[in-house]
Amino acid sequence: MAKKLPKVPVVIAGMGWAGSIIASELTKAGIKTVGLERGKERKMSDYLMVHDELRFQHREELMQDLSKETITSRNNQGMRALPMRHYGTFIVGDGLGGAGSHWNGQTYRFLPYDFEIKSLTEKRYGKNKIKPEYPLQDWGITYDEMEPYYDTFEKMSGISGETVELYGHRSNPYPTGPMLKTPVLEEFEKAAKKLGYNPYMMPSANLSENYTNPDGIARAACQYCAYCENFGCEYGAKADPVVTTIPVAQKTGNLDLRVHSNVTRILNDGTKATGVVYVDTFTGEEFEQPAEVVVLASYVFNNVRLLLNSGLGKPYNPDTGTGVIGKNYCYQVSSGYSTLYYNDREFNLYAGAGALGIEIPEFTGDNFDHTNENFLHGAGVRSTQYGNRPIANNNAPIGTPAWGEEFKNQSIKYANSVLQVKSQGASLPHRNNYLDLDPTYKDAYGMPLLRMTYDYTEQDRQLVKYISKITRAIAEEMGPDHIDTVGEQAPFNVNVDTNTHNTGGVIMGADPKDSAINSYQQMWDAENVFVVGASAFPHNSCFNPTGTLGALSYRAAEGIGRYLKEGGSLV
Amino acid sequence: MMSDKEKNQVEDRTRRTFLRNSGFALGGIVIGGTVGSLLGTTDTKNESNVNTESGAPVANPNVALMFFYPEEYETTMAAAERIFPKNDLGPGAMELNAGIYIDHQLASQWGVNARDYTDGPFYKPEPTQGEQIKVLRKDLFRLGLKGLDNYSNENYQTNFADLEAAEQDEVLTAFEKGEGPSLSGVSTSDFFKLLRQLTIEGIYADPLYGGNKEMLGWQMRKYPGTYMSYVKEIKSDEFVELDQQSLHSHMGHS
Repeated sequence: MAKKLPKVPVVIAGMGWAGSIIASELTKAGIKTVGLERGKERKMSDYLMVHDELRFQHREELMQDLSKETITSRNNQGMRALPMRHYGTFIVGDGLGGAGSHWNGQTYRFLPYDFEIKSLTEKRYGKNKIKPEYPLQDWGITYDEMEPYYDTFEKMSGISGETVELYGHRSNPYPTGPMLKTPVLEEFEKAAKKLGYNPYMMPSANLSENYTNPDGIARAACQYCAYCENFGCEYGAKADPVVTTIPVAQKTGNLDLRVHSNVTRILNDGTKATGVVYVDTFTGEEFEQPAEVVVLASYVFNNVRLLLNSGLGKPYNPDTGTGVIGKNYCYQVSSGYSTLYYNDREFNLYAGAGALGIEIPEFTGDNFDHTNENFLHGAGVRSTQYGNRPIANNNAPIGTPAWGEEFKNQSIKYANSVLQVKSQGASLPHRNNYLDLDPTYKDAYGMPLLRMTYDYTEQDRQLVKYISKITRAIAEEMGPDHIDTVGEQAPFNVNVDTNTHNTGGVIMGADPKDSAINSYQQMWDAENVFVVGASAFPHNSCFNPTGTLGALSYRAAEGIGRYLKEGGSLV
Repeated sequence: MMSDKEKNQVEDRTRRTFLRNSGFALGGIVIGGTVGSLLGTTDTKNESNVNTESGAPVANPNVALMFFYPEEYETTMAAAERIFPKNDLGPGAMELNAGIYIDHQLASQWGVNARDYTDGPFYKPEPTQGEQIKVLRKDLFRLGLKGLDNYSNENYQTNFADLEAAEQDEVLTAFEKGEGPSLSGVSTSDFFKLLRQLTIEGIYADPLYGGNKEMLGWQMRKYPGTYMSYVKEIKSDEFVELDQQSLHSHMGHS
């Protein structure tokens, strides 16, 4: 029997960006909040020995313990889904701060086009442009409505960047200036400008300068030490809940933070939640935490899984296209890129930062004409300088053996002489790409794992073909001695693709028929349940998801505050 | 005009000052004292086990086996050396102690797949579904070493470690293609992948794990290891070669 605890106003499952933003906003407003985090506690000084590529990147120390919980995957309904037994692709965060601790810090806004993608596509290209197997939807909110929340998130996290004309209107410039334009990025800039494009510095949560945010949190500037992705920042230069939102919430005295607490079920009668059940991951002891409002902020996969395991919301059925939980799972499309090899030039590639990059806006969203294209949306074409760590980066021209003397010679020769022009493309929903419960495999607590049914679509293959040519043109202009271009989208491979930008499954919208939550992230089917995170995205744009996730979290916090006073549906 | 040396000193001072200040600004979370004191540490000669005053190497107690039996260690070193051989660019896997690294990794929690999902049932995967291997890494590696010897004896009438380099390459190529005899149901290509991954790690992981001896793996590719700041270097049009520095240099600053 679960031990029943006293009722609280708000309980949050998951203390990454989404959960900690909501916790900080509610506790500042004087609302007692319980934060449940399945992983361990974290503080900035934990990161002092973090420059360890093996421990943090290849042994995934900051990531979810897959022995306790993973996903199963298959490319289509005809296959048997099998568990992701070790890390290959998604690196799912775990512990206080969640993925907000190990991220790179690339912090974009989505485009005005994204929020009204269906309406705007039909307006420009006609009703038949969107094929019926792609359930593209408007988000139930416009960019103009999102703008203030983006602004709040950017000020809290101190985003560095520069205004881009082709993107949505900004009420304020970025709170800090752009990151350093390094010689590597200048190579891209020169080439892109020659081709008539307007490159801009990537918006970054790695601070370009010392910064104090509106909550009074002061953080130091980035040192370009090259350990962002997979690592925590020992300077606090990278925005991370551990150095921003969580200390603010803790200072109020209104946050009851419990780590090693894994939520397994939402207690509900189908229309309202009464609380959650969670397990102490060390002892196995079960607790029931009653609450007036239940917030799920436990990453895309777990948000969907908790709802399905709790019988809350109507599961998506790919055969009929009805139901909403698990619908519109999207990913990202990054297979179009060119790798540049220089024989007589060396760059300081050991240095870098997770959001140090330069990009062109011309091929994002609907910024170019799609009349004669068999795909919608687009990609950011970019060069980045993360810092090339030596286990992970052993580039050699295609055709070089993967081991032996030639491998050694080539990988060492180009260790400091290889650049890339990459792309990050939008992922649009397909009716056969979805999430549900696995019929066979269970987690350490006996709950079914989440099953992902996903493959790249014709839209993705066309997009990759188109965009890879753009990367090639820029690469050629950069004048290396050799270029390899990858221009074909292979099937989705759970151990090969490297991106954790999973979205969808509990999507927002204006209509309960085709969405699970409203624009305040409040469930249509249970008004005291708020499901927050990239699980809310009806499709994934060509940008990193955290900026939009952060903005939506601030809107959700506002909605929860209102709900606690007024009750009922917020829209 | 400032000389380069003066410029460096100014930059160093600025970095120290900023770190001290930011430590202060962060209130309570003191990074200035901790991180700041590391900034000037570019001395790579603090690896106490490398040299004595006389210049003669002293024993490194880390070079000892916690998992392999001696013959397995020999086979491992021979195989790793073919993955990353010694040549005029510098040492190979053997000299870099990749074998010791592999031994220690297989003895670790990673060797017993502690953080992997290991519940059954196990089915043969499609190529897109990732490995579905029931055998633990430490056991698969041991089976693979035995497999290398069996295959070598069958085809060349001698153990793997005693083959000529070209013959060893032939054996490894067969294993890479999955053409060796099944290892308790696991393809030799899965063993080969493990061997290749561990060898690369053993060359380039921080020396604290037993490989990358004296940071020579890093030195070969001009990788500086771990520094707290590259603000100056990242702006430079010229390549800036730095002395290698390992995590050991971050100790004693907590």
